[in-house]
Amino acid sequence: MNVNFDAFKDHPFYDELITDKGNARAYARKLYSFISKLKSEELNDRQKGAELAIKQMGITFRVYSKEEGAIDRVWPFDIIPRIIPQKEWQTVEEGLKQRVQALNMFIDDLYHDQKIIKDKVFPASVLADSVNFREQCVGVDTPKGVWAHICGSDLVRNSDGIMYVLEDNLRVPSGVSYMLENRLVTKRVWPELFETYSPLPIDDYPADLFDTLASLSPRPGDTPEIVVLTPGIFNSAYFEHAYLAQQMGCELVEGRDLVVQDDDCVYMKNIDGLSRVDVIYRRIDDLFIDPEAFDKDSMLGVPGLIRAWRAGNVAMANAPGAGVADDKVVYSYVPEIIKYYLDQDAIVPNVPTWRCMDKDSLKYVLEHMEELVVKPANESGGYGMLIGPASTRAEREKFSKLIQADPRNYIAQPTLGISTVPTAVQGNVEPRHVDLRPFVLSGEDIKVTTGGLTRVALRKGSLVVNSSQGGGSKDTWIVGD
Amino acid sequence: MLSRVAESLYWLGRYHERAENTARLIKVNANLILDLPKGLVPDWEPLITILGITELYNERHSEITERRIINYLISDEHNPDSILSCLSLMRENARTIREILPREGWEVINAMYNNAVDNKAMSYARHSRLEYLSEITNGLQLLTGLLAGSMNHDKGYVFLNLGRKLERADMTTRIIDVRAENTIPDDVPELKPFEDMLWMSMLKSLSAYQMYRQTMQVRIQRNAVLNFLFCGNKFPRAVTFCVENMNYYLNDLPNNESCIKLLDKLSKTLSKAVQRSQDNESLHEYIDDVQIQLANVHNQICITYFPDLE
Repeated sequence: MNVNFDAFKDHPFYDELITDKGNARAYARKLYSFISKLKSEELNDRQKGAELAIKQMGITFRVYSKEEGAIDRVWPFDIIPRIIPQKEWQTVEEGLKQRVQALNMFIDDLYHDQKIIKDKVFPASVLADSVNFREQCVGVDTPKGVWAHICGSDLVRNSDGIMYVLEDNLRVPSGVSYMLENRLVTKRVWPELFETYSPLPIDDYPADLFDTLASLSPRPGDTPEIVVLTPGIFNSAYFEHAYLAQQMGCELVEGRDLVVQDDDCVYMKNIDGLSRVDVIYRRIDDLFIDPEAFDKDSMLGVPGLIRAWRAGNVAMANAPGAGVADDKVVYSYVPEIIKYYLDQDAIVPNVPTWRCMDKDSLKYVLEHMEELVVKPANESGGYGMLIGPASTRAEREKFSKLIQADPRNYIAQPTLGISTVPTAVQGNVEPRHVDLRPFVLSGEDIKVTTGGLTRVALRKGSLVVNSSQGGGSKDTWIVGD
Repeated sequence: MLSRVAESLYWLGRYHERAENTARLIKVNANLILDLPKGLVPDWEPLITILGITELYNERHSEITERRIINYLISDEHNPDSILSCLSLMRENARTIREILPREGWEVINAMYNNAVDNKAMSYARHSRLEYLSEITNGLQLLTGLLAGSMNHDKGYVFLNLGRKLERADMTTRIIDVRAENTIPDDVPELKPFEDMLWMSMLKSLSAYQMYRQTMQVRIQRNAVLNFLFCGNKFPRAVTFCVENMNYYLNDLPNNESCIKLLDKLSKTLSKAVQRSQDNESLHEYIDDVQIQLANVHNQICITYFPDLE
């Protein structure tokens, strides 16, 4: 039996490759005809081939469960690529650059004069309640005023066909290594497809990341010593930390490998003594990075790191405190933030958002909870949210109490008709929901990955794309017209 | 080079040789079983003694059978020195230094571990066991070649090799020890021909038979074999070769004086191999001496290069 696209007839969502009439979109035609000619078994074999390649390459992530402890899981991957036409992508890319530039100006402003608050564009009360605002960062001048050097913004396409920004990850966004590895796996599994398609290459990311980090060095002129700081092999993203260090040719260090001396400089412990570190790409959250400045019990951090950073003797990416803009209430202000700093309209729109701290919005949210998605302001990974249409009465009552107890910490958004992509399911293709996480690098200039990481909810009907909760990923192709 | 990374590479090298030589050790014993006349079949117990894991074994098993010992040595995760444990520890060490190793190196280690786990059942039966072990030694040889041919020969490579050569020297002495444990009684003259055959079998398990013939130009006999394996500086599994190799690599490292002093002392001991091991009991004592000196070198490497990591 051949693979068929029957599941896409009368499909109620926007599909990235197939129109609502069940035909392939122009840029997906060759892929569609290639897949339609396959037998079910062939599609299955390719999927198995990909899984084997991933196992051999050791592409894994760690998950924790109460029953089994830490387990290394093979990265779940779907072999059918998601295609985005280059013309559309160029607009998204411009929109992301604009967004990240404005967000960096916003963070820098918050840690200096707070003009945006004085000008009453952004309320002081939101900042006062921010859990990611760090007193220790006030007055610090970062190179070129950039705080979030690496940003991962999550995009979704709604049933209206428009791409929206769903959230901005400005702390320690992860996933870029999987984006790079997905392309390698796809090349191994579908070499024939690359004869008909030429997706734009993505592999310059590690070099771009290196250049971005090198541009931050406090000792310009010298070859900077750059390290990737990881919490260690038990972290779910350890694979990525090691991968990026390897690709950049940098040292991968743990907190115990570093020491801050009396001269407020950071050193690493080598077989022949200490050597100075210039730039730290840290993949540890703010609160664990320096027991002297933050969590005293942190075993992961380096005592004195913040002292060294404040003294300007070491650069950190992302800068501590950058997470202040990684807050879903701040997110709702991004269009205003872009207008305020750049005097431009946002190119890529936000999802309409109700802030529960506003009385009228709170009333609306409580009355319409069944239709809305309610999210806490500072959680990531899809935890702690309520999806109204799929919720039970008890869950809604629980959330109603949570929101009223702490309205500042909640926002609500309409339930989106998130787009789908054909996904291999037992020898056939079915629609599964996806999002897209491009990565934006800000240093001397701003660069956006060509495409990004497409995450896919592998369970039928599910909207949760996080790998810790049954999500997988796909290769993402930007193709010329 | 970070001390932590150096230490991981050193242990990667040690577990590599431990896995490979444990496989060789099992092979030598299995071959002895095939070569010896019935009634002289060697025990599996000496393997446990020689690897220094008798107490650990007794905690887990109350009786000694071929199957129990083989499983304990090959696939038991409770034995920290079993081949699977070594492969798993190699993988964990490689994972913490994944950015240092060439990508293919990691993939070989990962695949080797996955295969060893998936095909574990092959090690249970005698007829497939040797094939299973050969696959492991072949995989480890592949890794050796891959790292030699695609990794920078910098300080990291030095630590990898220090670990490997130290472990290999130690394991070669243990393999000789297994042979010395299985003696032919002097009072049965018709068994005399088997004596030399046993030495030959051991050389084969070390992949040393051909090289012995080429170097020594004499037929297989005890003293010549001991001389070849302890004092040889051309055959890469000979103890002196390993020690000279460590000396060579240490020259690339700072603060190497104490380590080199210990190696020089060990070299002197090695040059007296034949005269100090005229019978099997003195051979056993001599091997103990060599092993203790190797342990001293290990301790000195740790003190010098991996201090106060926690």
